[in-house]
Amino acid sequence: MNDPAIQARGVHRVFGKGRKQVIALSDVDLTVADGEFVSLIGPSGCGKSTLLRLVADLDASTSGEITVFGKTARQARIDQEYGIAFQQSGLLPWRTVAGNIELPLKLHGVNADERRRRVAELLELVGLSDFAKSHPDQLSGGMQQRVAIARALAESPRLLLMDEPFGALDEITRERMQNELVRICAETGAAVLFVTHSIPEAVFLSDRVVVMSPRPGRITGIVDVRADGMVPAHDRSAGARDEEGFFRAVGEVRSLLHGTPETAVTARGVDTR
Amino acid sequence: MTTVAEVSPAKDTRARLPIADVRWSTVLAPLVVGVLALAAWEWLVASFDIEPFVLPAPSAIWEQITLNADSIVRGASVTGRNALIGTLFGAVIGVGGAMLAGTFRFLDQMAAPVVAALAVIPIVALAPVLYSMYGAAVDTGRIIVAGLSVSIPVYLNTLRGLRQVRAVHRDLMTAYAAGPFQVIRSVTLPTATPYVFTGLRVASSLAVIAALIAEYFGGPIGGLGKSITSSAASSNYPLAWAYVTGAIVLGLLFYVVTLLVELWFSRHHRPAAG
Repeated sequence: MNDPAIQARGVHRVFGKGRKQVIALSDVDLTVADGEFVSLIGPSGCGKSTLLRLVADLDASTSGEITVFGKTARQARIDQEYGIAFQQSGLLPWRTVAGNIELPLKLHGVNADERRRRVAELLELVGLSDFAKSHPDQLSGGMQQRVAIARALAESPRLLLMDEPFGALDEITRERMQNELVRICAETGAAVLFVTHSIPEAVFLSDRVVVMSPRPGRITGIVDVRADGMVPAHDRSAGARDEEGFFRAVGEVRSLLHGTPETAVTARGVDTR
Repeated sequence: MTTVAEVSPAKDTRARLPIADVRWSTVLAPLVVGVLALAAWEWLVASFDIEPFVLPAPSAIWEQITLNADSIVRGASVTGRNALIGTLFGAVIGVGGAMLAGTFRFLDQMAAPVVAALAVIPIVALAPVLYSMYGAAVDTGRIIVAGLSVSIPVYLNTLRGLRQVRAVHRDLMTAYAAGPFQVIRSVTLPTATPYVFTGLRVASSLAVIAALIAEYFGGPIGGLGKSITSSAASSNYPLAWAYVTGAIVLGLLFYVVTLLVELWFSRHHRPAAG
């Protein structure tokens, strides 16, 4: 059995000192299996982005342990075990689309031929082959975000960290991007940790939805979408949004978010912590 | 699965300057104002019999310009050369200094009072001192004066630019485990580039003014500044104004060239870009 993509044990993150202390994360345990799609959902300030940043080693936990494919988060970052995408596409405006996608490859010393080949492949994957020489300011928000996803996939990571990547997009673009992400994940087989505010988005994309609550940030429950009769996340189609299991899962996530008594939902395969 | 194809066709992605967007009225309006002002000036001088030492007529100045075109161009090239060399080496000092100050906080703190002092003293006032240091027969003093006036705005703007790196870009570089030099090369410097050229645009006209005024304090003849003072001293006021016109054109030339360079380097730095 492979090491899990992410394993977090007893993770705490406290910001500030003394009276101004804010507990961003309190005693978080989470395992994301290799190839599994897991969403983090919860209101603002519940620590979901903090948890993702800890996994990415952009921030350090106060206590607890995080491993990525069996390595420490720091070692995993140095070894480029993950690709990452943020809510802002974070493209470098002075580089072309192709130049942005090849940036991580260039930084890690991949030669020019190999870079060109890989960039062409990724542009094809995100459907932007005609825009290789465009600059980011010439693209729509959705297209910029696709470039950011292509860049995150550049080094074929087995883990993708996504912090509300579709948060700034309109609903229509958003659903299309979700469909594309499902297809891309199916093609790459990568595990994904996905932070979002949207319940349908989380349910549609994920194998499991991790529901978090604020003050202190902690996991209140995990909904296994597959237990509601949905196929694994990689095999979904746009039609999955109309299935009965989808609505059931949405209902479960919603009741966990709003703190309704959990006894009723536990019976339907909710793993409550 | 229904994946809808992106309908927008591949755009013209060639690099371009936003000059084609300029409307005719924006060009025409100031031209009309200029012509009207010149006509009013001419009429004023003619109808009130204003003496040339008070204000010569535009026609008299134009006459001197055409008669002395050679001398004006020669003067402009001498002054322009000093200003250009000064600009280049002032820019190098400004950018280099800002990079050091941006990297080492203590250098920034050490330099801050010196920069503030340099920013308020009229640097041209150093010219007489520099003439005695380097000799009055060479242009070195003037170049130094021009260079110093350029280095301050370039330094301040570059330092600001270096601090504009967006958090998401910094996070990305950390995620890529990029080394400090890779971060500087791929993110910090490109972010600062438009700021560097904004500083250079502001500074370029300063360089011309500094190089010109420095000539008032002595040194070799041949430049525009020297020609202005000597024409005025020999009571040839229209000629003095002709040289002043040359100085204006030279200053504008510096400004326009640096403005174009700035537009070029910031063509993709629009705030809309993610």
